[in-house]
Amino acid sequence: MEHLDPSVIDWSRAQFALTALYHWIFVPLTLGLTFIVAIMESIYVKTGDVWWKKTTKFWMGLLAINFAIGVATGIIMEFEFGTNWSNYSWIVGDIFGAPLAIEGIMAFFMESTFFALMFFGWDKVSKRTHLLSTWMVAIGSNLSALWILIANGWMQHPVGMHFNPDTARNEMANFWELVFNPNAYSKFLHTISSGYVLASLFVIAVSSWYLLKRRDIIFARRSIIVAASFGLIVSLFNLTTGDDSARQAALHQPMKLAAMEGLYSGKNGAGIVGFGILNPEKKPGDEKKEFLWKMEFPYALSLLSFHKLDAYVPGIDQLVYGDKTHGIMSAKEKMAKGKEAVAALTAYKEAKKAGDKSAAQQALQRFEQNSKYLGYGYLKDPLDIVPNVPLTFYAFHTMVIFGTWFIVMFILILYFAMINELKERRWLLWAALFTLPLGYAAQEAGWIVAEVGRQPWAIQDMLPVGMATSNIATSPVMLTFWLFAILFTALLIAEVKIMTTQIKIGPEGGNHV
Amino acid sequence: MSLMKKIYHFYYDGFKSMKVGKKLWLLIAIKLFILFFIIKLLFFPNVMQTHFKTDEARSAYILDQLTQGE
Repeated sequence: MEHLDPSVIDWSRAQFALTALYHWIFVPLTLGLTFIVAIMESIYVKTGDVWWKKTTKFWMGLLAINFAIGVATGIIMEFEFGTNWSNYSWIVGDIFGAPLAIEGIMAFFMESTFFALMFFGWDKVSKRTHLLSTWMVAIGSNLSALWILIANGWMQHPVGMHFNPDTARNEMANFWELVFNPNAYSKFLHTISSGYVLASLFVIAVSSWYLLKRRDIIFARRSIIVAASFGLIVSLFNLTTGDDSARQAALHQPMKLAAMEGLYSGKNGAGIVGFGILNPEKKPGDEKKEFLWKMEFPYALSLLSFHKLDAYVPGIDQLVYGDKTHGIMSAKEKMAKGKEAVAALTAYKEAKKAGDKSAAQQALQRFEQNSKYLGYGYLKDPLDIVPNVPLTFYAFHTMVIFGTWFIVMFILILYFAMINELKERRWLLWAALFTLPLGYAAQEAGWIVAEVGRQPWAIQDMLPVGMATSNIATSPVMLTFWLFAILFTALLIAEVKIMTTQIKIGPEGGNHV
Repeated sequence: MSLMKKIYHFYYDGFKSMKVGKKLWLLIAIKLFILFFIIKLLFFPNVMQTHFKTDEARSAYILDQLTQGE
């Protein structure tokens, strides 16, 4: 694009990252806490034990605080789409419109109706109606996430659409293909289950604090048993969905997988790096070693990615420079095809303007033959297809290492809670308390893997971020970046302050939001 | 009592009996005001809606963007 200040791309990306990362502080806790609260209320309805009612109401109060602070923080991303990412918004409009509209309607009707029943309905509606409302809030908020992640999954693996060169928009060709995009489902399940893990860590951390303070012992122990049981089950599920997410990357975003694993040189029987230190000197195509140090599980990457011990996993070098033996086209070849697509699109536009139907038809055929590589036509260098490898690698491994610790912690916590020795294990309670920030770090790391790992694409292979950005001045984007940073930080401080006040009051304080 | 009245009282009593909730609603109101009446209005125009009147003009602009440099 002409006259586009490159810094506007960076600031727009930074602003979107800031918004999404802050938004994602609030969302996963809501997604998971709604289910934990629903489970606790189900126990109350089943047993009739008012302790469980009190327990449910306390956690519901904290859920309300998190929901209230987080609500509408996501709407800012929609503002950004219209202003900073107007090219992108126009090009994807038809595809994004449907899932986001469904999300908006569902969120509004399900959450707003049942939220009111859940918070105001105690003692006003029957126990079962109230319980149904609580479950509907849990299901509704998670379904909202489904539609958002269907839209995101499409960006990572665009299916069910056709680019219309007359309108310059992607038009939906098959709604169900969009809805049942395997990439979207693996993302959805992995994302929501990670939210459940975070909520379990939250309940355990708060309850551990009570146990460390030697107060509200029964309440804390009961909460911990529910949260640790739920957390352990969803963590194991999260492990399988994470595996599927990585498999989807292997199939549709091999560069992302290579960056996640720091795999520069492809191989048969590739191993998974449990942890390692990347060689900062390493560049694609050179002979330097990939890692200064690493701990590797042999064959695991081939096995998990393609379900074969000796399967070939391409590395960054093969994806950039090509590998004829394994049928991998180089980025340079893809760029040539992309430029052919752009040239055909230009010829089509001009032939239409000149009223030359035959030339337009020919140009259109040329375009269709190369449209799969359209995005590559806007890249300047084959190395542009490589994302930030260290950031993607370390974010991925942070997420995996923390996720593994969460499973160990859930097992330990559950075991000691079941034998009623948890309050004597103060080291474990302290560990549980300090694991909560790790839970948030894992959440944010997951977002970084998903979004940084797919750079330079706004839409995989179709639209690089540079082409997706609006041709606007940089200064308002910079200004709003800092405005959002202040606003979100203030909201986070408010959340922590209100929440800690309520936690200090405790379940006996008659916490009625 | 009519259904509408019951619903009204349900919400009225619910809001009235709120404790922390009142603070949260105030926070939500302030946040929405800042987002929609300050940030959105001043800094986030919809570029395509503001600069172009018709979808044809928007398509033509994006097509120009996609084919520039050719």
